[in-house]
Amino acid sequence: MDAFFVNIDWYEIWLATLDTLLMLGGSLLFTVVLGLPLGVLLFLTGPRQLFDNRPLYALLSFVVNVLRSLPFIILLIVMIPFTVLLTGTSLGVAGAIPPLVVGTTPFFARLVETALREVDRGIIEATQAMGATTRQIITSALLPEARPGIIAAITVTAITLVSYTAMAGVVGAGGLGDLAIRFGYQRFQTDVMVVTVVLLLVLVQILQSVGDRLVVHFSRK
Amino acid sequence: MRHFCLVPRTVTHPQGLHPVIEFQRVQKTYRVAGRDVPALQATDLRVAAGEVFGLIGHSGAGKSTLLRLINRLENPTGGRIIVDGEDITALDADGLRRFRRRVGMIFQHFNLLSSRTVADNVALPLRLAGELSVADIDRRVAELLRRVGLEDHARKYPAQLSGGQKQRVGIARALATDPKILLCDEATSALDPQTTAQVLQLLGEINRELGLTIVLITHEMDVIRRVCDRVAVMDAGRIVEQGTVAQVFLHPTHPTTRRFVLEDESIDEQEQYEDFANVPGRILRLTFQGEATYRPLLGTVARETGVDYSILAGRIDRIKDTPYGQLTLALTGGDVDAALSRLQAAEVHVEVLR
Repeated sequence: MDAFFVNIDWYEIWLATLDTLLMLGGSLLFTVVLGLPLGVLLFLTGPRQLFDNRPLYALLSFVVNVLRSLPFIILLIVMIPFTVLLTGTSLGVAGAIPPLVVGTTPFFARLVETALREVDRGIIEATQAMGATTRQIITSALLPEARPGIIAAITVTAITLVSYTAMAGVVGAGGLGDLAIRFGYQRFQTDVMVVTVVLLLVLVQILQSVGDRLVVHFSRK
Repeated sequence: MRHFCLVPRTVTHPQGLHPVIEFQRVQKTYRVAGRDVPALQATDLRVAAGEVFGLIGHSGAGKSTLLRLINRLENPTGGRIIVDGEDITALDADGLRRFRRRVGMIFQHFNLLSSRTVADNVALPLRLAGELSVADIDRRVAELLRRVGLEDHARKYPAQLSGGQKQRVGIARALATDPKILLCDEATSALDPQTTAQVLQLLGEINRELGLTIVLITHEMDVIRRVCDRVAVMDAGRIVEQGTVAQVFLHPTHPTTRRFVLEDESIDEQEQYEDFANVPGRILRLTFQGEATYRPLLGTVARETGVDYSILAGRIDRIKDTPYGQLTLALTGGDVDAALSRLQAAEVHVEVLR
């Protein structure tokens, strides 16, 4: 057994885990901050909604679809000049966050749009009948009613981000994925590969169960 | 135990009073797939302050559109709507929001926010208006929940309540901003008969005690009969008949109205006439209203004129607080003509069917 773990530098693993968590946390934060308004806008401009606007909806939809159809590995490379412009580097945690955010924001926005569509139209009508402004309809009725759906969307997005961070390792982002590729794959250190895979698996499990618990906690139906 | 009120409730004639809602040639057309589909033909309507006004019609008759024009959830394509002295068709967005706080609305499927407690649902219109302090809102919510009998359920979520309780929350919420008008959109259609009766009773109380004007839409004649003062019957985007409930209910003229009345009494008209074909003598339909309902008129007339009568069909019931009776009789023997004129002389409406 000792021979199997011979290649493992636990300190290195710890640093890589920390990088993965930083990339995950940072990009999840930006994804939610950018994707939530985008999702709300997609919903509101959609057919027969409050701000029904076919041209704007078509445009937003098109951009979202284009970004979603781009394989993430390609996006990582295409984004490099923009990332350098934004953060000064294309390497490390800072270099990984912009492509991660661009990769997951359209996906998250679509999930938010779907969650908002699940809200009963009657609730919007009732809130309108109370004399609510559009802003109040969004903040007091739509978002609270869609909260379980939005939390589920954040969970799915976070898990997608875990696999994207591993991919970002390819362009020098660091983290567990980087470790797996450089040591596990390129140097045939199977033990490093196994440890990183187990850690990623544990991370995904934790994210999913925390997300599920929050959904249950906020569901009143 | 409830008592019949023997004094017929005087129904205010709308033209005599200041109307709280007035439609002037209001129409609504939807554009569907490039074609104009009329939902409401040019309509005039007046609802008097303090009355319970019912709109009845089958689905697609335009009643829902008409109701939503009153608080401009739908915008008219023509005409003027005057509510409480104000032309609401001319309101800007801000004016419209302020106006809507003076009009409460309840819904068939309650439309409560599932993420908020009962108390928070009732507080929502007050929070949105942003005029009261938190303490004042709490006080007002407690008072509203007491009125609808839900003071023990304040901390529950809507999913934990029965249908009738949910509609009570809806009513408390609609009353939160102290509106002058309450719009009811098929408010009892999702409830069982017993719960329907309780909710209608609550609406009646609110109408009497708060002087609130209520406009309700329904497809059930029974709802109209229990709470409304006046009724308008809608068919294919227009009002085809309107008047006091007794007048429309007891003497329907339009085919749609007749259908509603017969449906309500579960009578198949054709079947009934076939049954009567074998009955000898004159067939009459008598309609009594108010005190006349309980007078021993039939016995008196039969004794004095020597006619025999058999009751073929009949119903003794109540329209809101007014008792009424409607009997179909066959008269044989004696002086039938004298009996007829005796009946006509009493406060009874006589229709000779055969």
